Amino acid sequence: MATKLPKVPVVVVGMGWAGGIVSAELTKAGIPVVGLERGKDRKTSDYLMAHDELRYQHREELMQDLSKETITHRNNEKMRALPMRDYGTFIVGDGVGGAGSHWNGQTYRFLPYDFEIKSMTDEKYGPGKLGADYPIQDWGLTYDEMEPYYDTFEKMAGISGETVESYGKRSNPYPTGPMLKTPIMKMFEEATKNLGYTPYVLPSANLSEAYENPDGISRGACQYCAFCENFGCEYGAKADPAVTVIPVAKDTGQLDLRTHSNVTEILNDGTKATGVLYIDMITGEEFEQPAEVVVVTSYVFNNVRLLLNSGLGKPYDSKSNTGVIGKNYAYQVSSASSMMFFEDQEFNLYGGAGALGIEIPEYVGDNFDHSDLKFIHGAGIRVTQYGNRPIANNVVPKGTPAWGAEFKSQSIKYSNSFFPVKSQGASMPYRYNYLDLDPTYKDAYGKPLLRMTFDYTEHDRELVKYISQKTHEIAEEIGADIIDTNDTQNDFNVNKDTNTHNTGGVIMGTDPETSAVNTYLQMWDADNVFVVGASAFPHNSSFNPTGTLGALSYRASEGIQRYLDEGGSLV
Amino acid sequence: MAEDAKSPAKKGSTRREFLRNSGLTVGGVVLGGALGSLLGGKEQVATHDVAPAPQLTVNPAEALQFFTPDQYRLTQAAAERIYPKDDHGPGAMELNAAIYIDHQLASPWGINSKEYMAAPFFEAEETQGSQIRILRKDLFLLGLKALDAYSQKQYDNPFIDLEPEQQDQVLTDFSDGKVPDISGVKSPLFFSLLRTLTIEGVYADPLYGGNKNMEGWAMRKYPGSRMAYVKEIQQDEFVELPPQGLNSHMGH
Ligand SMILES: Cc1cc2nc3c(=O)[nH]c(=O)nc-3n(C[C@H](O)[C@H](O)[C@H](O)COP(=O)(O)OP(=O)(O)OC[C@H]3O[C@@H](n4cnc5c(N)ncnc54)[C@H](O)[C@@H]3O)c2cc1C
Ligand code: SF4
Repeated sequence: MATKLPKVPVVVVGMGWAGGIVSAELTKAGIPVVGLERGKDRKTSDYLMAHDELRYQHREELMQDLSKETITHRNNEKMRALPMRDYGTFIVGDGVGGAGSHWNGQTYRFLPYDFEIKSMTDEKYGPGKLGADYPIQDWGLTYDEMEPYYDTFEKMAGISGETVESYGKRSNPYPTGPMLKTPIMKMFEEATKNLGYTPYVLPSANLSEAYENPDGISRGACQYCAFCENFGCEYGAKADPAVTVIPVAKDTGQLDLRTHSNVTEILNDGTKATGVLYIDMITGEEFEQPAEVVVVTSYVFNNVRLLLNSGLGKPYDSKSNTGVIGKNYAYQVSSASSMMFFEDQEFNLYGGAGALGIEIPEYVGDNFDHSDLKFIHGAGIRVTQYGNRPIANNVVPKGTPAWGAEFKSQSIKYSNSFFPVKSQGASMPYRYNYLDLDPTYKDAYGKPLLRMTFDYTEHDRELVKYISQKTHEIAEEIGADIIDTNDTQNDFNVNKDTNTHNTGGVIMGTDPETSAVNTYLQMWDADNVFVVGASAFPHNSSFNPTGTLGALSYRASEGIQRYLDEGGSLV
Repeated sequence: MAEDAKSPAKKGSTRREFLRNSGLTVGGVVLGGALGSLLGGKEQVATHDVAPAPQLTVNPAEALQFFTPDQYRLTQAAAERIYPKDDHGPGAMELNAAIYIDHQLASPWGINSKEYMAAPFFEAEETQGSQIRILRKDLFLLGLKALDAYSQKQYDNPFIDLEPEQQDQVLTDFSDGKVPDISGVKSPLFFSLLRTLTIEGVYADPLYGGNKNMEGWAMRKYPGSRMAYVKEIQQDEFVELPPQGLNSHMGH
């Protein structure tokens, strides 16, 4: 039997960016919050030994423990979904800070086009550009409405960057200047300028200079230490909920943060939540935490899974094309790239930072004409310098064996002499790509795992074909000795593809028939439940998701406060 | 010890010569007793200088937690073919990749402690990752056995006695899946475990037992784990820095 605890105003499930922002905003307004986080507490000084490639990157020190829970995957409905037993693709965060502790920090805004993608596509290319099986939707609010929230997020995190003219209007410049430009970034800059493009330095949450944010949190500058993505920052230079919003929430004295607390169910009567059920993962004790408002910030996967396991909202059904929970799962399309090898040049690639890079804006959104193309949106084409760690970076020209004498010799020869022109492409929703509950596999507490049905679509494959040519042209202009271009998008492989951007499943909109939450991320079917995260994205843009989910978290925080005052639906 | 790791096994070297080569003498006196017998019989020793027996070392991490001496030698020999000694520098054997592999298989990772291991186990499609019940530590040992069995079948000798070219052929057959399944597991899966562990063993921080003296890093001019590269990344010229291990961060 669960121990029933006294009722609280707000319970937040998960302490990553979404949970951290909501907790900070509510506690600053004097509202007590119980924060439940399944992982452990974390702080900057924990990372003294963080420059350990094996432990953090290949043994996934900071990630979700898959022995307790994972997802199952199938490429299509005809296959049997099987569990992702070991990490390959999308490593999932765990612990205070969530994936915000070990993210790269590339912090974009989505384009005005993203928020109105359906109307703008219909208007320019006529209805049905993609066909009925691609349920692209407007988000229900415009870029201009999002702008103030982006601004708040960027100021809190101290994002560095350069204004890009062809992107959405900014009310303020980035709070800190752009990151350094390294020689390989300059090579990309020169080549793309020669080709008539307008390169810009990636917006970054690795602080380019010392910065104090509006909450009074001071952090030092990034040291380009090269152990960034997959690792925690030993300087506190990388914006991480554990060094920004969570300390602010703790300081108010209003945050009751309980670690090792795994929420298994949102208790509800069908139209309203009454609280949550959680398990202390160390002792195995079960607790019931009643609450006025339940805020679900447990990342895309568990946001969807908790709702389905709790019977909240109408599950999506691909056959009848009805229901919403699990709908419009989208990923990222990153296969188009050109690997370059140099015979006589060595670069200091052992150094770098998670958000160090340079990119062109010409092939994103609708910045180019799609009339003769079988896809919409596009990709950011870029060169990045994260720091090449030696276990992960044994890149050899095509045709070189994967082991043995030639492999060793080539991998060492090129170890400081290769870098790719790569891309990150948008992922459009597809009727048969979705999330639901697995009929067979369960987590350590007996709850069904989340089942993912996903494969790349014709749309994605066309995008890769097109964008790969552009990466090749840039590589040729850079003038590498060997260029290996990949122009094919293979089937999605759960143990191979590596991208950590998952979106959708609890999407926002203006119509309860086609969306699960309104533009305050308040559930249509239970107005005291807010589901916050990239789960709210109706599609995924070509940009990394966290800037947008951070902005939405600020908007949701406003909504929750209004709900506590006024009650009822906020729209 | 492995100066001729790439050359074919020299036939007919004496036990004394072998022991001297492998450093198992103290003041010129050949060690006998338990250590001597640990090395196996004379006949075996005479042909095994491709992958010598465990040696006396000053580094306490250079000892076995998991492998038997035979398994260790076989792992050394196989890892050396994945990452051989060459003009760039030492191979997996000298870099102690097999010590690294031993320690990893003895660790919680060897028993898949962070993987989802709940039944049922179904055959997977290409795109679904491996779906096997067998733990890594067991798969590795089964794989070693299979290496020897296959070598015996193809070349009438255990793996460690084969010419390097023959060893490469055996490993190629494993990686291409031309070998019978290993307790139901396709051979490329074992091969990929061996390959991954070897690469980790030459490039992981020396704290894990491999990458001896950081020579794996030095070969590729990798500076290891330093605290900052803010200066170096701005320079057009390549800046070579001597490697540092994680132990250099202790006491901070
Ligand atoms: C290696 C890596 C690099 C990345 N780089 C970038 C980048 O450069 N730019 C970018 O925009 N994005 C990047 N991302 C993605 C980014 O990290 C995420 O978008 C973001 O952190 C998600 O925030 P969140 O709060 O929604 O979820 P999370 O950060 O995942 O937080 C969710 C929290 O909920 C907890 N939780 C889950 N289930 C439960 C439960 N049942 N009970 C209690 N607690 C629970 C989890 O333990 C976790 O702490 C990267 C991700 C990774 C893994
Ligand atoms: S690269 Fe910069 S932000 Fe990233 S961990 Fe190192 S110092 Fe921190």
